[in-house]
Amino acid sequence: MAFPNTQATTYNDKIVRQFAIMTVVWGVVGMLVGVIIAAQLAWPELNLGISYLSFGRLRPLHTNAVIFAFGGCGLFATSYYVVQRTCQVRLFSDKLASFTFWGWQLVILSAAISLPLGYTSAKEYAELEWPIDILITLIWVAYAINFFGTVGTRKVKHIYVANWFFGAFILAVALLHLVNSAALPVSMASMKSYSAYAGVQDAMVQWWYGHNAVGFFLTAGFLGMMYYFIPKQAARPVYSYRLSIVHFWALIFTYMWAGPHHLHYTALPDWTQSLGMVFSLILLAPSWGGMINGIMTLSGAWHKLRDDPILRFLIVSLSFYGMSTFEGPMMAIKTVNALSHYTDWTVGHVHSGALGWVGLVTMGSLYYLIPRLFGQKQMFSVKAIEVHFYMATIGIVLYIAALWIAGVMQGLMWRSINPDGTLTYTFVESVKASYPFYVLRLAGGMLYLSGMIIMLWNTIKTATAGRSVTVSIPNVAAHA
Amino acid sequence: MDILYFLVPLSVVLVFFIIGGIWWAIHSGQFEDMEQEGERILKD
Repeated sequence: MAFPNTQATTYNDKIVRQFAIMTVVWGVVGMLVGVIIAAQLAWPELNLGISYLSFGRLRPLHTNAVIFAFGGCGLFATSYYVVQRTCQVRLFSDKLASFTFWGWQLVILSAAISLPLGYTSAKEYAELEWPIDILITLIWVAYAINFFGTVGTRKVKHIYVANWFFGAFILAVALLHLVNSAALPVSMASMKSYSAYAGVQDAMVQWWYGHNAVGFFLTAGFLGMMYYFIPKQAARPVYSYRLSIVHFWALIFTYMWAGPHHLHYTALPDWTQSLGMVFSLILLAPSWGGMINGIMTLSGAWHKLRDDPILRFLIVSLSFYGMSTFEGPMMAIKTVNALSHYTDWTVGHVHSGALGWVGLVTMGSLYYLIPRLFGQKQMFSVKAIEVHFYMATIGIVLYIAALWIAGVMQGLMWRSINPDGTLTYTFVESVKASYPFYVLRLAGGMLYLSGMIIMLWNTIKTATAGRSVTVSIPNVAAHA
Repeated sequence: MDILYFLVPLSVVLVFFIIGGIWWAIHSGQFEDMEQEGERILKD
């Protein structure tokens, strides 16, 4: 079958450049909104009496910006880069690629406008209303065609493991989006819609979606990134290729069942809660398979960590990944969840995964990628990468430590009973007690944001000092 | 819990796709040369 892209002699890196730059830009934007809402939790007067700036409206703007704008552009950039390099063929369609880029920026813009205006489906990580959901679907179909079309026209017979992770991420997100965002608009002229589901059924669908968004968007997709950029930066092959395949299949199978752990002690049937709990515990194994594989890739090359800050980003991201995928199963145990649910421990857990794993692996991968996209050997300032690394890591530790303390404190205060059976504390007393930890968390977040701003500076300096290069596809290497 | 009438069959269909994927991968020789595949990406 002769498709046009198989005749091309160069890779399409223009699309990678576009998405890579926007990843850094949206990173700053999304984290800035995060810092603003963290400040609002400590000092509510920062709502300023303006509805567009109120916490309730800015919070989903933050989550959507960091997950879909920052994370999403990062996944687009790296998956388009990796699939071409490992298949040794140009991207299936330049036009579709361009459509996914501009379309995705339009989605982000639509979110930035509609969410502060108060348009929301109220479904976590799926707040965007139905017209934007339709646009997302169109972009995702184009993305899938482009990605799988590239794999299908590959010149290398073997499909590198990273592409399995990217492929699973693309297919799973398509399924999740279509099912969870199913809704009936009030009218064709209205932004308002009603979910196809209701009550506890809606809750189940929402958290089947929510946890798989974490599992496939934030985990499988970024593991794809990890499996390419760690070996490349360390100049060593993946520690155990066999393990990468085994844990891939185990991971994608197990993740689908973990959703109910978000609904412990709710109206969800007990057996469903137990199912979610058990599979969440099982999930620890395939997750750690990935972590071990990535970290052990440095076996025989640990000394490189001394001098290479990019490698530090990548390896530390895996440590946080291991930490979060241990913490998560623990929190999925009903007894533990009885304490942690609705507290800031959950928020701390989310951010250890988001800042620690997703953030750091994206940063490390982009620090490898960006110089090469502009014909440079390395970023404009390697020292700035080091500074960024320390700021980010310290920021993360401050953030999660603050919320661990706050979360456990909240849980203990809420369940404290006097000898006569009355509650010891009122709710507002737990809010007041959380104040210093909210300030500490804000400090951690500001450090993390500052690191991201340094990355933006470094990226701009690198891009303007270099020039966009066109890379030829090697002629051989494909033996089968 | 009527949603289960939807979710469970959907999950079963998904499992079939997963099994299909594994079957295809094994039969098309994706796993024949594990040692080389890890090294390959370092070569370009």
